[in-house]
Amino acid sequence: MATKSLRDISLDGLWHNNPALVQLLGLCPLLAVTGSVVNALGLGLATMMVLVGSNFSVSLIRNHVPDAVRLPAFVMIIASFTTVAELVMQAFTYELYEVLGIFIPLIVTNCAILGRADAFACKNPIIPSVVDGFTMALGFTIVLIILGAMREILGQGVIFSDMQLLFGPAAANWKIELVKDYPDFLFAILPPGAFMAMGLLIALKNIIDNKLKEKAEAQKAPVEAGTKRVRVTGKIS
Amino acid sequence: MGLLTLSSPHTHGPNSTSKVMATVILATLPGLAVITVLFGWGTFINVLLASATAIASEAAILSIRKRPLAFFLKDNTALLTGVLIGLALPPFAPFWITLVATAFAIVFAKQLYGGMGNNPFNPAMVGYALVLVSFPVQMTTSWALSTQMSGQATLGFADTLQVIFSGTASLADGFSGATPLDAYKHLIAKGTADSVLAEATFNGWLNGGWEWVNLAFLAGGLVLIWRRIISWHIPLAMLVSLSLCSLMLGWDEDMYTPLSLHLLSGATMLGAFFIATDPVSASTTPRGKLIYGAGIGILLYVIRTWGAYPDAVAFAVLLMNFAAPFIDAYTQPRTYGHAKAKRGLPPKQR
Repeated sequence: MATKSLRDISLDGLWHNNPALVQLLGLCPLLAVTGSVVNALGLGLATMMVLVGSNFSVSLIRNHVPDAVRLPAFVMIIASFTTVAELVMQAFTYELYEVLGIFIPLIVTNCAILGRADAFACKNPIIPSVVDGFTMALGFTIVLIILGAMREILGQGVIFSDMQLLFGPAAANWKIELVKDYPDFLFAILPPGAFMAMGLLIALKNIIDNKLKEKAEAQKAPVEAGTKRVRVTGKIS
Repeated sequence: MGLLTLSSPHTHGPNSTSKVMATVILATLPGLAVITVLFGWGTFINVLLASATAIASEAAILSIRKRPLAFFLKDNTALLTGVLIGLALPPFAPFWITLVATAFAIVFAKQLYGGMGNNPFNPAMVGYALVLVSFPVQMTTSWALSTQMSGQATLGFADTLQVIFSGTASLADGFSGATPLDAYKHLIAKGTADSVLAEATFNGWLNGGWEWVNLAFLAGGLVLIWRRIISWHIPLAMLVSLSLCSLMLGWDEDMYTPLSLHLLSGATMLGAFFIATDPVSASTTPRGKLIYGAGIGILLYVIRTWGAYPDAVAFAVLLMNFAAPFIDAYTQPRTYGHAKAKRGLPPKQR
């Protein structure tokens, strides 16, 4: 497998192959917990911890695990890291852990993580694997946060509420009330709203990609007019 | 001089989309007039507001999509969507509910799917369902009472405007209340048919309330059938299946809403003739239309009786919209000259 530069790996994770917008992996937590920025950030950070850890460990043992049993081995690794993430959240952000509930243990079944282990980490050295894990998780987290912000604004007319769950008591007054007396927009608060917001984000990404493509086409050097000599003698390889 | 030789058929259609839609809008007017006379100005204002919003959002999206504005605005489909949403919403609904429902219907349910003729779901009902699930409090407490039901004249035009636009809902106190379907469903749990019908909500029952609204929509619908704008299949199937369900499952008036209330209250007639018959999202084959209409009637009864919502036209229609392509695929009529009808999915799609 041709090795990619770290820059390409990062761009892949953040944009071209973003797990949430392009691969559409890990949709279950994505749709379920993005009701607010703090929930999204919490789940994003936990996923990041697990993904970096699992990519690192899988890359470490990639030459010692036979192909036939690789998936169970990966899942064991991911499950261990998820348990670690769960215990860390219980220790430091217990209330957020309670809010996110089942979706923290469910990180084990997040296909984005197993996908990266099988598609990237088991074929690449440690450093690219860790970079891949980190940028993929970062791309996932950014989408989670944008979705969380969209739904919090649309659903409740506020943003950054309950940030103290993650950043300590000092963050309790980060909440910004954008609209006074906003009637709760239940559609945006419930998961169907996440589907719609997700669709809008994917559409936005496609628009940006198309614009970039058009720009790149326009910047290509124009084809020279007239005939050109082509070498026809000698060895053509 | 070249004489143009035209081949048959030589008929020409007097009905353009624009004309059909305009006729449907005209056919809703008796219903709107009856609502306005009996229940006050709320629905009238909602219809105007929703129509304006529908046309504005349609124009906005068309210009973003770089489509010809005048051509698509003249087909009256957006206007009809607006009118139907305005008729469906509660009379005292705050103005932003109308705005959200209509804009969502046009932008998301219609234009994002490709505009006129491409929407798999009835746009008006998507908009209505959105606000119904999103704002349950405003959507259940904003229904007006008729003169007979409240025992006083309806709220004046200026006061109604104030209730809708400035949110001073207290002005509507005494003029708003539960709909008959809602009231019957909740009261019958603790009483008998006689005790429920003695409640104030049923003061005007068969005497100047919802049944006249439904009869007016029925009349408008019959005009549409007479003008061949809609066929009789969907409304008839829907009303018959609703009646059969009610007669077989809910014959006991002391336990379930009676048939008369099912047929002549809520959005039954508006739904049967104006909403379920949407030519884009409904089934298109004759047998398919019967199945489609019957499905709506059954779902309507099931959700009204055992569901959490008092009325269910929006949900029933949307659920059957899901099924319409499937029904169509299996009810294709036999084409003249072919021995057998081609039913089911074409081979490549299997």
